[in-house]
Amino acid sequence: MLSCKDATRRMSEAEDRELALSERLELGMHLALCKGCRNYQQHLHVLREACRGYRDELTGDEPRAEADSGER
Amino acid sequence: MSYHAPYPQPTGEPAIIDNAFVEHVRRDMLAFAQLQLRDAALAEDAVQDALTAALTGGKDFAGRSALKTWVFGILRHKIVDLIRQQSRTTPISAFGDDEDSLDQAFDSLFKENAHWQPAHRPAAWGDPEASLRDKHFWAVFDACLTHLPKNTARVFMMREFLELDTGEVCTAAGISTSNCHVILHRARSALRGCLEKSWFLAGERPC
Repeated sequence: MLSCKDATRRMSEAEDRELALSERLELGMHLALCKGCRNYQQHLHVLREACRGYRDELTGDEPRAEADSGER
Repeated sequence: MSYHAPYPQPTGEPAIIDNAFVEHVRRDMLAFAQLQLRDAALAEDAVQDALTAALTGGKDFAGRSALKTWVFGILRHKIVDLIRQQSRTTPISAFGDDEDSLDQAFDSLFKENAHWQPAHRPAAWGDPEASLRDKHFWAVFDACLTHLPKNTARVFMMREFLELDTGEVCTAAGISTSNCHVILHRARSALRGCLEKSWFLAGERPC
């Protein structure tokens, strides 16, 4: 059984490389039993969305010049 | 320096790319480059190079949005090049004092057996979508990003902001894949902790 600490590391790696089937199963089993780590996973998803949102705001596919209030 | 000269501009149509617009793009580019490079002079150079290349390239832009996308594309390459060049002379290290203190803070969340300390077990963040629409959240997020140690930030930003794949990130930073994973995990746990402390558990917020 994975420890919570190992599980957090594996959730991070899952964002950067494809996990092996055995690694996914191990993580899945841990998450099924561990609310704290499921919440950690939610936090990682929020973090990723925040990064995307922040980047899109700066690099702006949407022109935002006209409405620019000097506030980001 | 001025950017009056050679914007391609169809005659007879209203100017879409004026100086005010270029200044605005430049400001966003500087913020972007500074976050990634953590070096004001280097960021300034990257932005200057990218703007010059974009505006003298003779490319015909369909509009402001197209120019901005194009110029950020150039900037992205410049930033990766600069990081690659620097990592040749000063390799990015996975370990240092700042990194140590992040690791210690992370370790303190766990008991001896590597399971969560009850007091630090992550709780669900309420309504994150609403946070992502709140401008105060973005100020906190910006501060959390700025607090990351330089090497950690560079690696994390290449991955999440420049959207390089992990292999490209490790190569540009001149580090092994496993160190790369260590750094990315460290960055995420630090940002998670920062957001939790400064936003999601921060209680009453000014509205």
